[in-house]
Amino acid sequence: MATKKKLVLIGNGMAGVRAIEHLLKLSPESYDITIFGAEPHPNYNRIMLSSVLAGGADMKEIVINDWDWYKENNITLHVGHKITKIDTDRKTVVSNLGIEAAYDSLIVATGSNPFMLPLPGADKEGVIAFRDIKDCETMIDASKQYKKAVVIGGGLLGLEAARGLLHLGMEVNVVHINPYLMDRQLDEAASRMLQRELEAQGMQFLLKKSTASIKGKRRATGLVFSDGSEVDGDLVVMAVGIKPNVDLARLTGIEVNRGIVVNDFMQTSVPDIYAVGECAEHRGIAYGLVAPLYEQGAVLAKHLAGVETAGYAGSVTSTKLKVSGVDVFSAGIFVETPDTKALKIQDDLGGTYKKIVLQDGKLIGAVLFGDTSDGAELFSYIKSGESVAGREKELLLGFSADQLGQSSGGNSRLEAMADDEIICGCNGVSKGTIADAIMNKGCNTVGSIKACTKASGSCGGCKPLVEGLLQIYAGDSIGEPVKEGICGCTTLSRDEIVEEITRMKLMSTKEVMNVLGWHNPEGCSKCRPALNYYLGMLYPEEYVDEKESRITNERYHANIQKDGTYSVVPRIYGGVTSPTDLKKIAEVAEKFEVPLVKFTGGQRLDLLGVKKEDLPKIWEELDMPSGHAYGKTLRTVKTCVGNTFCRFGTQDSMGMGIQLEKAFERLNTPAKVKLAVSGCPRNCAEATIKDFGVVAIDGGWELHIAGNGGVKVRATDLLCIVKTEEEVMEWSSAFLQYYRENAQWNERTAQWVERVGLDAVKQGLENREDRLALKDRLEKALSVTTDPWKQIVETDELRKNFEQLSGAEPVKL
Amino acid sequence: MTTKLLVANLSDIDVKGSRKVKINDTEIAVFRLTDGSVLAVENKCPHKGGQLSEGMVCGTAVHCPLHDWKIDLRSGRVHEPDDGCVTTFETEVDSESGSIYVTI
Repeated sequence: MATKKKLVLIGNGMAGVRAIEHLLKLSPESYDITIFGAEPHPNYNRIMLSSVLAGGADMKEIVINDWDWYKENNITLHVGHKITKIDTDRKTVVSNLGIEAAYDSLIVATGSNPFMLPLPGADKEGVIAFRDIKDCETMIDASKQYKKAVVIGGGLLGLEAARGLLHLGMEVNVVHINPYLMDRQLDEAASRMLQRELEAQGMQFLLKKSTASIKGKRRATGLVFSDGSEVDGDLVVMAVGIKPNVDLARLTGIEVNRGIVVNDFMQTSVPDIYAVGECAEHRGIAYGLVAPLYEQGAVLAKHLAGVETAGYAGSVTSTKLKVSGVDVFSAGIFVETPDTKALKIQDDLGGTYKKIVLQDGKLIGAVLFGDTSDGAELFSYIKSGESVAGREKELLLGFSADQLGQSSGGNSRLEAMADDEIICGCNGVSKGTIADAIMNKGCNTVGSIKACTKASGSCGGCKPLVEGLLQIYAGDSIGEPVKEGICGCTTLSRDEIVEEITRMKLMSTKEVMNVLGWHNPEGCSKCRPALNYYLGMLYPEEYVDEKESRITNERYHANIQKDGTYSVVPRIYGGVTSPTDLKKIAEVAEKFEVPLVKFTGGQRLDLLGVKKEDLPKIWEELDMPSGHAYGKTLRTVKTCVGNTFCRFGTQDSMGMGIQLEKAFERLNTPAKVKLAVSGCPRNCAEATIKDFGVVAIDGGWELHIAGNGGVKVRATDLLCIVKTEEEVMEWSSAFLQYYRENAQWNERTAQWVERVGLDAVKQGLENREDRLALKDRLEKALSVTTDPWKQIVETDELRKNFEQLSGAEPVKL
Repeated sequence: MTTKLLVANLSDIDVKGSRKVKINDTEIAVFRLTDGSVLAVENKCPHKGGQLSEGMVCGTAVHCPLHDWKIDLRSGRVHEPDDGCVTTFETEVDSESGSIYVTI
């Protein structure tokens, strides 16, 4: 057996480890690998540091490869070790803690260091960079003690740091030497729009300011500028840039310019020593963005694995970023010169901006703000360098990605793409990896490619490209896309199931599962409730609801809690109650020793911790309708006081809310439905985050749809404005029925409208005739419902299920 | 030593339903499946202790009401991708009287 060669990687960061990952895929057996990392962590995603500060991610979540990964791949890892010497004659490296390792090949991936301005006072306590986990920890600690922070640098890094500090509750001033922010990624117009947005979020800016010194005694207390002015701050974050970390390479005698000089195969001037990532300089450029670093890593991995590669030819980079929730994009040369021509659209109302820069009929640069969906297309034109003469305005106004994807031009672009080019940016999957999965690993569907390479597994944005690659490489063997059914029991989609049920008039879940060839004869906890809903929706009068196909809460008409007790929420229409009802609730709560009584977010009263066997007794004593706080049905209609008492109220919001709740209570819907009615545009009932929200205006009502205040907050879309209460009832009925008939089970209105588009819903409701027909069908569905609590209380056969079995008699054998 | 106990009659339990019974300190969930068979397991999901008697019955499995773990009622084993096991108890149904016996 041939002995393995020894590979040593200096630097446990994204670029170096990326190259190793790639190498392990190409040639898992050829090297014994040793990695040295100066930070005491496994390989983590540095780009996500700002999310950790902004509270979006946990430190643990940003780890790319955990400790186990190193073990599984037999990698020797030394963390907390800084390499102090490379001996190129003996081919060994030595760490500061005395560990020595021999190499046949050595990768230097020492990354970069933050550039610290050599200001007087820069050595004071409270002056830090924004580069690693330790900096983040310092910032978090500082935010607990101090109030004011100053960030030097209005570039991407500085703004990310500022956003994090703002989120930690600090007051933040951002100091920038140039007249506008992010001047390396944005032009002035886009930058001004960004600034406005960030100011609205609470960030403060000091532009055209050059820092002269840092004031304070032991700890920094602020900055003094060259113009004599000052700003206070107990934490100073320097985020003015990065510089390649080349100290070790220089010491070793490797050729160094700004970064470590490498050729197209990432080789340095010394044999068997390679450099990759932010520390490397290729054709005069040291990159700081992740995509080029991944491309370099891929080339290096191939070279080390002995796989043929054309080498790295440099990257044309684009920047696609989310800065404090705002999407920005830029690529190429976007600052205009006398030789270029530019086309622009600026929409201050919508908060979007688009500029394309042309030279000699070719697209050479672009800036997008607010909406970056055209970024990928524009970038591909910039890279291909093809003539866009005559189509400039088309490019500015944009055409859809679908059109591009379908045209033959789309695939020819894919064919021309280099193997190392990243297709899936989320998971860093290159074209070559996907091609390999298709040609050598038998992947013939997007699903199997996703399972094998992770491509398209995160945001899904690259799915059209993956499909395109399938067409190119799979040829005839391209598989039927494996359809993802509504659950593991079937490959059929919601629409197909509903169509088949209607076509064959299937009348029970059992029949549906038998006839449509379910894998599991009795389905699962996902499909059975879904089928039960679809059948009830299609045949409101004939279908007998299957209690056993309902989820626990809907079967027992109460919310199961973690300890097996339940909660009881009686209906309080519009959140308007009475002393009598309140007394009754209080008495029942006392009598049954209910451990907790709480107001819900929907203006109702919740009795929590009720034993299951007490449920029917409590319902009986309450003698109030079920509040349906447990089901996929109308939950509550929240209201504000409206013109009954409020001096701002324009309409009777309580009355309107009660009317809606009485009309729609007990309605079965695909997912829970929440309504609200506000009496004026101040919107105290928060109607604009509800499934259907009504906001009174002088002389009418605004009708809003598809809002959500839960997992993913979504403000409503305005459906229309109507004049009378009758119209409110007509539109709300029609909307709810249209939702019932078209959404997937368990799909909230917000997700549904996002999926099908607002226009589709508007179109479905646009004709009065259709609305009235929808309302008719809704009323038919409602007409067969009864109050479930009352039904259980009165029916022994149902009531028995709430009791524990009493008998447990030993049998004499 | 094992004891055989008369716990219920078939008519006490709905098809695809369950009732619970407490024997000494152990709570047992008794299930009636579509094929008429009766199975009994300890009423405690190995995940977070959810009451399996409240879950949805599909074939010979029950889905825990708390986090949807799927447990095979015959073997007591938790289905993949989760892992674990609940205690099962021997059951017997008198086909004439409908009496259900559980042996502990």
